[in-house]
Amino acid sequence: MRIALFVTCLADTMFPAAAKATVLLLERLGHEVVFPEEQTCCGQMHINTGYQKDALPLVKRHVKTFEPYDVVVAPSGSCVGSVRHQHAMVAGADAGLAARASAVAARTYELSELLVDVLGVEDVGAYYPHRVTYHPTCHSLRVLRVGDKPVRLLRNVRGLDLVELPAAEQCCGFGGTFSVKNADTSTAMLADKMRHVLDTGADVCTAGDASCLMHIGGGLSRLRTGVRTVHLAEILASTEA
Amino acid sequence: MSTFLGMPVHAPRGVGHLRGDESFPDAARTALGDSQLRRNLQHATTTIRGKSGRVIAELPDWQELRSAGSALKSYTMAHLPELLEQLEEKVTAAGGVVHWAADANEADRIVTDLVRAAGEQRVIKVKSMATQEIGLNEALEAAGITPVETDLAELIVQLGNDKPSHILVPAIHRNRSEIREIFLRAMPGVDPKLTDDPPVLAGAARRYLRETFLSTKVAVSGANFAIADTGTLAVVESEGNGRMCLTLPETLITVMGIEKLVPTWQDLEVFLQLLPRASTGERMNPYTSMWTGVTPGDGPQNFHLVLLDNGRTAVLADEVGRQALHCIRCSACLNVCPVYERTGGHAYGSVYPGPIGAILSPQLTGVADNASLPYASSLCGACFDACPVKIDIPSILVHLRNQAPHPRTEAAVMAAAAYTMDHPRLYRSAQRAAKLSRIAGRRGRGLPPPLNGWSASRDLPAPPKETFRDWWRNR
Amino acid sequence: MSSKDVILDRIRAALGAGAETPEIPRDYRRGPAQVDLDLLVERLVDYKAVVHRLTAEKPDTGEPVAGGGVEGSGPQAGVGGARPLDDLDHLAEGRANAQVGVEAAAVRAAIAGILGAGTVVVPPGLPLEWLPDGVHGLVDDGLSAERIAAADGVVTAAAVAVVETGTIVLDASPDQGRRIISLLPDLHICVLRADQVVASVPEAVARLDPTRPLTWISGPSATSDIELNRVEGVHGPRNLHVILAGQ
Ligand code: SF4
Repeated sequence: MRIALFVTCLADTMFPAAAKATVLLLERLGHEVVFPEEQTCCGQMHINTGYQKDALPLVKRHVKTFEPYDVVVAPSGSCVGSVRHQHAMVAGADAGLAARASAVAARTYELSELLVDVLGVEDVGAYYPHRVTYHPTCHSLRVLRVGDKPVRLLRNVRGLDLVELPAAEQCCGFGGTFSVKNADTSTAMLADKMRHVLDTGADVCTAGDASCLMHIGGGLSRLRTGVRTVHLAEILASTEA
Repeated sequence: MSTFLGMPVHAPRGVGHLRGDESFPDAARTALGDSQLRRNLQHATTTIRGKSGRVIAELPDWQELRSAGSALKSYTMAHLPELLEQLEEKVTAAGGVVHWAADANEADRIVTDLVRAAGEQRVIKVKSMATQEIGLNEALEAAGITPVETDLAELIVQLGNDKPSHILVPAIHRNRSEIREIFLRAMPGVDPKLTDDPPVLAGAARRYLRETFLSTKVAVSGANFAIADTGTLAVVESEGNGRMCLTLPETLITVMGIEKLVPTWQDLEVFLQLLPRASTGERMNPYTSMWTGVTPGDGPQNFHLVLLDNGRTAVLADEVGRQALHCIRCSACLNVCPVYERTGGHAYGSVYPGPIGAILSPQLTGVADNASLPYASSLCGACFDACPVKIDIPSILVHLRNQAPHPRTEAAVMAAAAYTMDHPRLYRSAQRAAKLSRIAGRRGRGLPPPLNGWSASRDLPAPPKETFRDWWRNR
Repeated sequence: MSSKDVILDRIRAALGAGAETPEIPRDYRRGPAQVDLDLLVERLVDYKAVVHRLTAEKPDTGEPVAGGGVEGSGPQAGVGGARPLDDLDHLAEGRANAQVGVEAAAVRAAIAGILGAGTVVVPPGLPLEWLPDGVHGLVDDGLSAERIAAADGVVTAAAVAVVETGTIVLDASPDQGRRIISLLPDLHICVLRADQVVASVPEAVARLDPTRPLTWISGPSATSDIELNRVEGVHGPRNLHVILAGQ
């Protein structure tokens, strides 16, 4: 299958490892990955901060860039969430754009959705000999409703010891600009999330969103906990060799 | 002139409790440092989430009930003028008197005049969000009338000279030993050997209020539902103080937001299933009272219904935001909100705290008067899942952020960022510049203001050697 | 311009071209469903009501089903001598008079077990033969609040009960009386007939007349205001006893 990668601006700039892993994983599974270079950012930060007007050109760009492809994948639940639930709204009165945005959205998948629902694989042949806990990020869980797809994928990874995260469905406190505008509350939420992660005794905390991982990982690093955050794509891309 | 008068307006300033003194982040900072408050809130919200989850799981048709509740509320909003007139007609026919209050000042005046006309100096009150919203207690006190809150939590708040912090349990921020201290300090005639055992505390309130219930001639209540096709009003409660207020006095004054309507009697079958399970986590709350006008020989023989706008029509005018008027004040969204659980209700500055407060208060007052509230959420979506009438709170938050006044620097940064991101070549050089500046200056550990709030408690990741884009090109 | 006109004009302006009017999906459970009296008892007990079942098959089991009588409750002895009930088919016809089909002797015994002796307020339409010797019935003919409050209890019939929620509804019929009488005494004894029980809330709503004053009661007075735990006993009756007749 020919799959277009929607890398997301955050993974592109700050977490290329997650994006590379997505490419290598899909290629290993026998698919062709293309990267439309005109893409930049889906506009989610602008939309969620109250700048829909500024986001409009970004939505137009996104739609135009990905329109030619049958299947689009992103290693991010929240960016896919924005494409699916916000782009048509930002298009607003421009009914043509809204319809095109909805069409692109319908073909855009978060990584675990693509693997399980579209490609029909739950065992991707990965090997990752670590104790891992999974944080279901809010947008994957409640906007996309990916359910237990990521966990099913992780259970099939050889060598991986999956430990359940207490109060897993609670927000980590990132929330984009929320973590800047309400930094204190965000930190209080993060403190509880970190406590739960540490309680599991895991070496690695994984999730399907680089943004939440940046937040949780930033806190775990600041406290020198020794627990790392690793994107789900990186775990699924790992092999014994 | 009539066109001007007939346009929706926001709730007026200077009366009532819809606007806080501080922005949410400032108020939250204080609350976050109160360890007792944090523990009380965490304990209470965890308890209620568990209870509510268990009784909701008992109903196989919970989702169908939510859909019905949501549709009924949309229907009500679309037909509000006819339904309100129908309600007025039915209440009047049943011996009640209906008053219309365009805003808080008018509602306060109507109620005060009615109490004066009854020749009374004291009223008993059953917990009502609407009367808190309009600052009725202050208005009554200014007129020399003593309002006595009879709901246990409201009594705790009133005796403690405190402010409510939750829709359903206004004293949720207090634990049993704090409540005991408040009672010992401020409850006249209290047994000095009072313990902090909850049944003992409840018993103290029972003794304290009994005489007041029996001797007060006017009561003020809110309403959970008003049924347009029958003129029936419903109050849902637990303690029996509601029944006391609705049954014992000679005069009953009910203040109700115009959005509390339900079209038909049958529709109550939906809301009576949704509300208790979502709010207190009970299959049914201990007491629900329903009355239609005046029943000769039974209960108050004078009944007044005050229909309140106070900014609700302004909410209705926003096609996206009007969903906030569907709220049945169950407080489920507060109980599941990770922000509320940590900051408590006072940080929201309005009588409506939590996720519903973050969308309702700014719409009632105009977003400019509560500009920080739409941002008091990480958009995690837990409120939307919990809401028994399926109000899409996260989407309304995003919608209101788009109307909020923006700080000038932020707006400039956002516009510049959008411009850059719409030009791939600029975007690529910005990616490189971002990387270099961090390597050169701050070793990936800090950010300049206003972003330093973030990096105060989190490390930035080490900058990657190359962006994905560069890797792709060089592959 | 009156405030009424102002508000209605504002609403019309706010709705503009008109808001969409959705279909109301009524695909939730609306009944009628099988009534499970055992479940009703379980739900009542769960919310700390004490239930006394007058069963036809086991005339000697008058033991109250466990529940949490709070302070002030009389002895909760067993009920003796319950006997088979009258023809129940006859009752199914809705609003039959309370005394029909309820074995007075069994009710008497149950009340004797709950209260022993004392004064109870009774609504004017309640059969006085339900009261045992030693329990004085104070018929409400417009009694003052003080006299009602001073009584040891109140005995009423009921209009409807809901299995799923453990709820009893009073509708101020002559055998239930004014709302005040079931509110002020600390003990409420409610005599419920099996044919008044429905499975779910929608079925109860359908049976009730909204123009009557209605009181929905689910367990004794309680509060969740202290740390969100349900604690029984604030302003309403702290002891709720349900005598359930028929099956
Ligand atoms: S918004 Fe929904 S969840 Fe929140 S209080 Fe209102 S009805 Fe309940």
